[in-house]
Amino acid sequence: MSHLITSPVLIPLLAGIVLLMVRDQNISAKRAISIVSLLMQLACALLLLKTVGTGDILTYALGNWPAPYGIVLVADRLATWILTITALLAIFAFTYATLNTDRAGRHFHVLFQLQLFGLNGAFLTGDLFNLFVFFEILLLASYGLMLHGGGRLRTKASLHFVVINLAGSTVFLFAVGALYGVVGTLNMADLAQKIANVPAENVVLVKAAGLLLFSVFALKAALLPLYLWLPAGYAQTSAPVAALFTIMTKVGAYSILRVYSLIYGSNAGASAHLIERWLLPLALASLIVGVIGVLGSKHLRVQIAYLVVASVGTLFVAFGINSTQSISAGLYYLPHTTFASAALFLLADAIANRRGAVADKLDAGPVIASPRLLGGIFLVLAMLVAGLPPFSGFLGKLMLLKSAVNHTAMPWVMGVVLVSGLLTMIAMARTGSLLFYKANAAYIEELSSHKVRVAPFAKTDARELVSIIGLLSLCLMMTIWAEPIIVFTQATAEQLFNPMQYINAVLSQS
Amino acid sequence: MEALIALLIGVLTMCGVYLSLRNRTFSVVLGLTFLSYAVNLFLFAMGRLTIGAPPILDNSATNYADPLPQALVLTAIVISFAMTAYVIVLALKSRADLGNDHVDGKEDD
Repeated sequence: MSHLITSPVLIPLLAGIVLLMVRDQNISAKRAISIVSLLMQLACALLLLKTVGTGDILTYALGNWPAPYGIVLVADRLATWILTITALLAIFAFTYATLNTDRAGRHFHVLFQLQLFGLNGAFLTGDLFNLFVFFEILLLASYGLMLHGGGRLRTKASLHFVVINLAGSTVFLFAVGALYGVVGTLNMADLAQKIANVPAENVVLVKAAGLLLFSVFALKAALLPLYLWLPAGYAQTSAPVAALFTIMTKVGAYSILRVYSLIYGSNAGASAHLIERWLLPLALASLIVGVIGVLGSKHLRVQIAYLVVASVGTLFVAFGINSTQSISAGLYYLPHTTFASAALFLLADAIANRRGAVADKLDAGPVIASPRLLGGIFLVLAMLVAGLPPFSGFLGKLMLLKSAVNHTAMPWVMGVVLVSGLLTMIAMARTGSLLFYKANAAYIEELSSHKVRVAPFAKTDARELVSIIGLLSLCLMMTIWAEPIIVFTQATAEQLFNPMQYINAVLSQS
Repeated sequence: MEALIALLIGVLTMCGVYLSLRNRTFSVVLGLTFLSYAVNLFLFAMGRLTIGAPPILDNSATNYADPLPQALVLTAIVISFAMTAYVIVLALKSRADLGNDHVDGKEDD
């Protein structure tokens, strides 16, 4: 039994504990510990990715308690794929945070590591109640991170975020309790096996529990109508935190994919295909609402937050079509949208820092320092999120549309995805021209009289560029090496459609 | 006993839902607390209600209580306790930052 699978959970936990003991003044030591932990997590994730790439499913019984009784960690293709994405994202978000965010308050580094502890645990666990626990860990860390640095609007957004997530946790527990009460197990593989044999009078309870779970995961993923917490929260928090939070919506997406392919999959008897009727319409509606938000935003960060909502919509369109091709397309689109929106959040902060009092308001402001560099990055990122060729966003959407050709909802999918792409492009073009081509006359006068040049941040810092361009180049690499990635996501989707492999791997290991 | 417990959970949930939809942070915190009480009782009851039966191995026992929900509910209590503490502090902070205890930070016109 390989202990490697526990490392993505243990490394951030231990790093968090060690970080608690380092004094606050010793910021360079804290940064060093954090970055070592992040690099180790990436190395472990890549190692796991290589191991499960052969098609094996690794399991680890915690405390050596055999499967249905103890808690298991399970690493299959899906889990390690998202682990790798998280580790990559965290490194670049952290690099940006070392500019000045991590000094804005205490315990930033600890919370950052604990956030990763919760995320990695949620991806690896094979037990439904344990999933709840890891959700709580990542949420508690995210409450702290979201509030980090303080400020009126941040407090208000945090309060809403915390209250809605606490309500969500309660619903999660009701669902878990109901499932345990009927089926008598919480191990996901065991649940998948036993759910088909639930007596007819209890099927309705199992279905209710499944739908309650769906509402919780949809809340985490910001699926319509449960997305209202996202725009304010993501726009108000600090940039590196917002960048890291782009993976938080994917936790919901991951959980939906896991639970409804494994437990409520095609082998679930009376409760099979539970959410199929709901997912696609809700996803299309989220996409529409997200794009309307993108068009109507008055601030750049709010606009990017709505882009996240729209991207969640697109992702769930892929999962909602529910074929191997579409899920493979969704799993290719997932890292693309995570990296691109994270890079946009960081870029928005870099731009806001250079615009003085106008900050990220979409209005004519001062001339931005180093406009060619930032404008160039913005152009590429805008093309990425709008899904223009030749970048990864285009490839993802192309595969998604190809997979929808034979689906009954084909006209809806085609229409909504294509029109939303067009509208995103229009919105991004408008934003770009406002930010980079249009300057307020008052500011130009100031500039020509050499009184003020630009805000305090005029010089580009290497860390700033490394983090933004790093995330951007990840998207470019996804474009160049699209074929091996698609082969992998295709295999991942096939593994999801064959839940027996997961069940056997978990239940036969003792 | 089953009917009584079910009624109790229902009433607690009802109060929790009502209070958490109010517009003052204090009632919202109370509402969330009621909801967590309700769910803890619900989790506990999902192991079925047994009286006078041990949850751990005992040679003289003929019937057992399900120990797993007891472990689950213990975890859930700890977590909801921590979360309640956090949300109370956050409510106080928002009262200080926003100047009032309305959930949106502004009084109704």
